[in-house]
Amino acid sequence: MIFTIVQTSFRALRRDRGAFLMAFILPIGFFTIFGFVFGGMNASTTPRVSVLLVDQDRSAASRELIRALEREPSLDAITHPKATKDDPHPADYTEAAAEAAVRNGDAPAALVIPSGFGENPISFAPGGHRPTFTILHDPSDPVAAQVTAGLLQKTIMTSLPLMMAEAGTKYFTSWIGRLTPEQQKQMQGGLAQLKEYERERNANPQAKADTAEGFGGFVKVDLRDVVGGKKRSPMISYYAAGIGVMFLLFTATAAGGSLLDEADSGALDRVLSARVSMTTLLAGKLVWCTLLAVAQLAIMFLWAALIFHLDLFPHVPGFLVMTVCTAFAVASFGMLLASLTKTRGQLGAFSTLIILTMSALGGSMFPKFLMSNAMLIAGRFTFNSWAISGYTKVFWRDEPIRALGPEVAVLLVSGVVLLLVARWFARRWEWA
Amino acid sequence: MRNAHSAGTAPVLPLHIESLVKRFGATTAVAGASLEIEAGACFGLLGPNGAGKSTLIRSIVGRVRPDSGTVSIFGHTVGSAGARTDLGWVPQELALYPLLTCRENLQAFGRYQGLSGRKLDDAIAWCLEWASLADRAKSTVKTLSGGMKRRLNMAAGLIHRPRLILLDEPTVGVDPQSRNRIFEMVEALHAEGATIIYTTHYMEEAERLCDTIAVIDHGRIIALGSKEALVGQVFGTRSWVTMRVAPGPVDLAAWAAVQGGTAQENTVLVSVERPSAIGALLEAAARDRLEVLDVTLQRPNLESVFLHLTGKELRA
Repeated sequence: MIFTIVQTSFRALRRDRGAFLMAFILPIGFFTIFGFVFGGMNASTTPRVSVLLVDQDRSAASRELIRALEREPSLDAITHPKATKDDPHPADYTEAAAEAAVRNGDAPAALVIPSGFGENPISFAPGGHRPTFTILHDPSDPVAAQVTAGLLQKTIMTSLPLMMAEAGTKYFTSWIGRLTPEQQKQMQGGLAQLKEYERERNANPQAKADTAEGFGGFVKVDLRDVVGGKKRSPMISYYAAGIGVMFLLFTATAAGGSLLDEADSGALDRVLSARVSMTTLLAGKLVWCTLLAVAQLAIMFLWAALIFHLDLFPHVPGFLVMTVCTAFAVASFGMLLASLTKTRGQLGAFSTLIILTMSALGGSMFPKFLMSNAMLIAGRFTFNSWAISGYTKVFWRDEPIRALGPEVAVLLVSGVVLLLVARWFARRWEWA
Repeated sequence: MRNAHSAGTAPVLPLHIESLVKRFGATTAVAGASLEIEAGACFGLLGPNGAGKSTLIRSIVGRVRPDSGTVSIFGHTVGSAGARTDLGWVPQELALYPLLTCRENLQAFGRYQGLSGRKLDDAIAWCLEWASLADRAKSTVKTLSGGMKRRLNMAAGLIHRPRLILLDEPTVGVDPQSRNRIFEMVEALHAEGATIIYTTHYMEEAERLCDTIAVIDHGRIIALGSKEALVGQVFGTRSWVTMRVAPGPVDLAAWAAVQGGTAQENTVLVSVERPSAIGALLEAAARDRLEVLDVTLQRPNLESVFLHLTGKELRA
């Protein structure tokens, strides 16, 4: 009896070839995506942190430091904006230009090499005289600033031997002198200070976390948020958009799937034999899916405003623009999947594969700063990425509506294209 | 009601089909069917499974694009606004929205047919009354009985009060009581002057409701006329005598052949011009020492015609 039940189920699955294939392709496909994102398949997929470099010192030491940072494989060190037709030889970043670029989302962080770095490049002593580096950063990417600070220390220690030797000699002379008893005492004093610093730092985690206090490495580094102001959490709008779009895709696909149900029940035949054309029917379904998606996103963001204190109401115009465009694109996607597939089983499997893939690549499942460059590029082909980008501009960067141009254009154009393709595939329902 | 090849073209007929051909790959579903239906007729379309009946129906409602030939509805090309207004189609499937109420379904399909405002309200009221569903107007479809769903299915197809009505097996899967109610609904439409095309696998339905019947097989209309005319065309005035005899020494097949009939096991089937011929048949049996167990005389009916023409039972 049990064998018959198993056999019947297997036969039913096997006859639905789309669902059958997807049952096996789906987990493999998804595993592969996660492997690429987190597995570090090869060097080209290793996440690199983009950091803008501002050289205020213009010394041989600062130039050497920049060259060393440029050689650092984990950093994408950028000293000037990309050349354009209007500006084929762009000037190096100034602090103001770098700050504007970070605000604009061009890079998550900028490192400012201060004037005087060449004079006193490093310090071994707590509170010693040393230049203060500044990292201008976007808190929505909490990794970039920390990686930049850490790699700055590492680069100075490992990649600038001359600087280290000169500084070491300087400290040797200032601490040890000619190794008289007094010199020994002085050296012990220096070491004692370092030990005291270590003890205090271990006893006080806050002091440990603050790189501007105590020894703080060979160079002093200040972190300065340049985006977000007093906003509570940079990730709320990110995830409201990311999770919202992912579920929107599922909802739109399910709503589009009503076409398959109606085709099965004969209702579609009846509707099309009345005074309703296929184009009108698709348009009606599209409007419904779009309205449904708008309502879902509105509820999602209202919830975020209520529970997580997202600044929704001052950003309503930008929110509406992004929501309508995102909802339209997602609804068109639902129409396309429904018109492509022939059964509910196929639709379910196919849509799950595509939606989870898009969500993984587009940043709905984990933050983009965890992704490799290759994954980020792939993510640009997903609605999730463009929607998240637009909502981040609205809620995190406080950018005006006109700044949403690229996101709006991509979402609307891709929505129209998907809809046209869906209409073409829907011809199969028009007549035999 | 006539085959279009055998008669002149009548002006503005409810349905005019001319040399319709539809192929699906190597299979020819409709092979040059021609048909005309006159106003006010209740037209039965019968055919065994796979005969091309469904393709012909879907061609009439514009859901199949023929390879050649034409279909017009009250002079309008299939698919045109005029044809859509004049034709009401009740599909075999329960083509309804299961989560909507009866009223909401009628509202939706009424709007799809271009009704609105007062006209729509009146049409919904008429449908609910006609289908005896007024007291279930607010019930969702999934809570209705099979018969109620069938009646609502019919009402949804006719809400715009079309002049030509195509009922595709409207009684499939319903109990006898609901079937009678559906018959009454169809008869009411017919009495109001609507032209009806009725397909069914139940011969008694065709005999009760239809004044003209067409039999389709292998994609062609192979017989057309009233029930009496069809029987007359196929069997003339002859009747069938069925004689059951006891097993005996006589070669029953040879004996039946002498009498102009056939034999199967212990039964002889003979076609006779007049009922009085039974006497001569009984005399021959007595003469040849055949022990007759029983004798029946049967006038051929629509079922006999169908069986004779297609070689298949209607419900096979």
